[in-house]
Amino acid sequence: MTVEIITTPKLIVRDLNFFYGEYRALKDINLTIPEKMVTAFIGPSGCGKSTLLRTFNRMYQLYPKQSATGEVLLDGQNLLDKKQDLNTLRAKIGMVFQKPTPFPMSIYDNIAFGVKLYEKLNRNEMDERVEWALKKAALWGEVKDKLKQSGTGLSGGQQQRLCIARAIAVKPQVLLLDEPTSALDPISTAHIEKLIEELKKDFTIVIVTHNMQQAARISDFTAYMYLGDLIEFGDTSSVFTNPKRTETEDYITGRFG
Amino acid sequence: MPNFLRESLHKRQTVLDALFRNLTRLSAFSVLALLAAIIASLVVGSMPAIHAFGFGFITSAEWDPVNDQYGALIPIVGTLITSFIALLIAIPVSFGIAVFLTELAPDWMRRPLGIAVELLAGIPSIIYGMWGLFVFAPLFADHVEPWLTENIGSWPFIGPFFSGPPMGIGMLTAGIILAIMIIPFIASVMRDVFDVVPTMLKESAYGLGSTTWEVMLKVVLPYTKIGVVGGIMLGLGRALGETMAVTFVIGNAHELNQSLLMPGNSISSALANEFAEAVGELYTSSLIELGLILFFITFVVLSLARLMLHKLQKREGHGA
Repeated sequence: MTVEIITTPKLIVRDLNFFYGEYRALKDINLTIPEKMVTAFIGPSGCGKSTLLRTFNRMYQLYPKQSATGEVLLDGQNLLDKKQDLNTLRAKIGMVFQKPTPFPMSIYDNIAFGVKLYEKLNRNEMDERVEWALKKAALWGEVKDKLKQSGTGLSGGQQQRLCIARAIAVKPQVLLLDEPTSALDPISTAHIEKLIEELKKDFTIVIVTHNMQQAARISDFTAYMYLGDLIEFGDTSSVFTNPKRTETEDYITGRFG
Repeated sequence: MPNFLRESLHKRQTVLDALFRNLTRLSAFSVLALLAAIIASLVVGSMPAIHAFGFGFITSAEWDPVNDQYGALIPIVGTLITSFIALLIAIPVSFGIAVFLTELAPDWMRRPLGIAVELLAGIPSIIYGMWGLFVFAPLFADHVEPWLTENIGSWPFIGPFFSGPPMGIGMLTAGIILAIMIIPFIASVMRDVFDVVPTMLKESAYGLGSTTWEVMLKVVLPYTKIGVVGGIMLGLGRALGETMAVTFVIGNAHELNQSLLMPGNSISSALANEFAEAVGELYTSSLIELGLILFFITFVVLSLARLMLHKLQKREGHGA
């Protein structure tokens, strides 16, 4: 028996297709991502899970040959609409990548970078915001005495938490995590996973992961994708313990993938 | 393999290895030896002028072969000003070229444009000089200089730099020709270093909502600053020492003018023009001392660039 979780939809994906030139990488995806929950995309390499994630902030628009059709609704507003302003969209939807990407500047400036793009804060307000973001990302204790030092001097796990702090400093509604722990050691991974648990109180989190145990540990909902199709989507416990499709079961039990 | 064979092989390898090591060491040290020899010969060659004029050589604007009085101020100032103008123009243009080539240009345009930039770097400097003298300078004198004099010439402070008769040749023209010559160097270095910036780093900045301009200026440029400064120094080195093109368009006048539109002289063009006709020990020696000064300026500029990089890194927290 599965327990029904009461949720509000945050992102609704409707008939989404994605193209790399001629190649169709996502096929008629329909999906509802609930607010303030962790939703995980799993599946073998090349299944389209990162591609799906990158449509949510239209990162693909940097590359002329990539295009998407269909709708992605954030609180009812279509993000793929040509009229949708990219910069305001990206202020609402933050992203963290496979590898830590601290900017070549001080820890403080890394956090302030995004905030300065949207808000005019005075010195005090900015100090408070930086502290808030670093505390949220569980990094404050480790860096509070060296905010002026370079962000690139931190350890890998700290750098990744710095990137999370940088993403949440602009107070987005949705946080996209693209395999955020794939370059980290187990201890740093555990830090980040614990952090994700905390962050879902404030943010809607979508995470792409190669690691099924990770999806099972931290997510509330799981989508299994294969070759551009969304095979199965549901709450994580039922997808992992009682998958409806045999393809999902094969992947989860390790018979395939 | 029998033991004695293995031993002889081992011995031969040791000998060859030692030979190779010493050969590479010799090559490396020959650079130092050459450098020392060049400095030594410049110093020895300029001794008569140093004895005759002392430090006054650097501060004196007098250049009078008839009375055997020489001072290096005019060519020094000319070299510095033309190079400065060149950098002032070349850095932003090169940055624009590099940003366009790495970020904005459609794929099919990148290769041909990139190759064109590199070809520009391969044009011999004498061609720039001829083009500058016969094509650019007349156009400049007819269309740009009168406009500059009329519109900027009356401004306070910077006005005097842009006044005087439109002659076409002069410091400003030389600076612009130099800029055109060094743009390909700076632009192609910038493009190469921008190209190796990790995609994910740029996407992180875009992901926060930055525009292309903000990404380039605030993330890519700081990330690549060592390479960029290196490229600028390469260009500056060329501008300081460039001889042929400058000689054609600078006017070769031993005059100190505030106006950039007036003819002047640079160290290298003075050397090129006057060495053949230099008679007397003091004249030749003064020219050699000019060469020594050019050498020194280049050395100081490169050292300052290193120092600046070091400071930048320190401020970022690496050196702390």
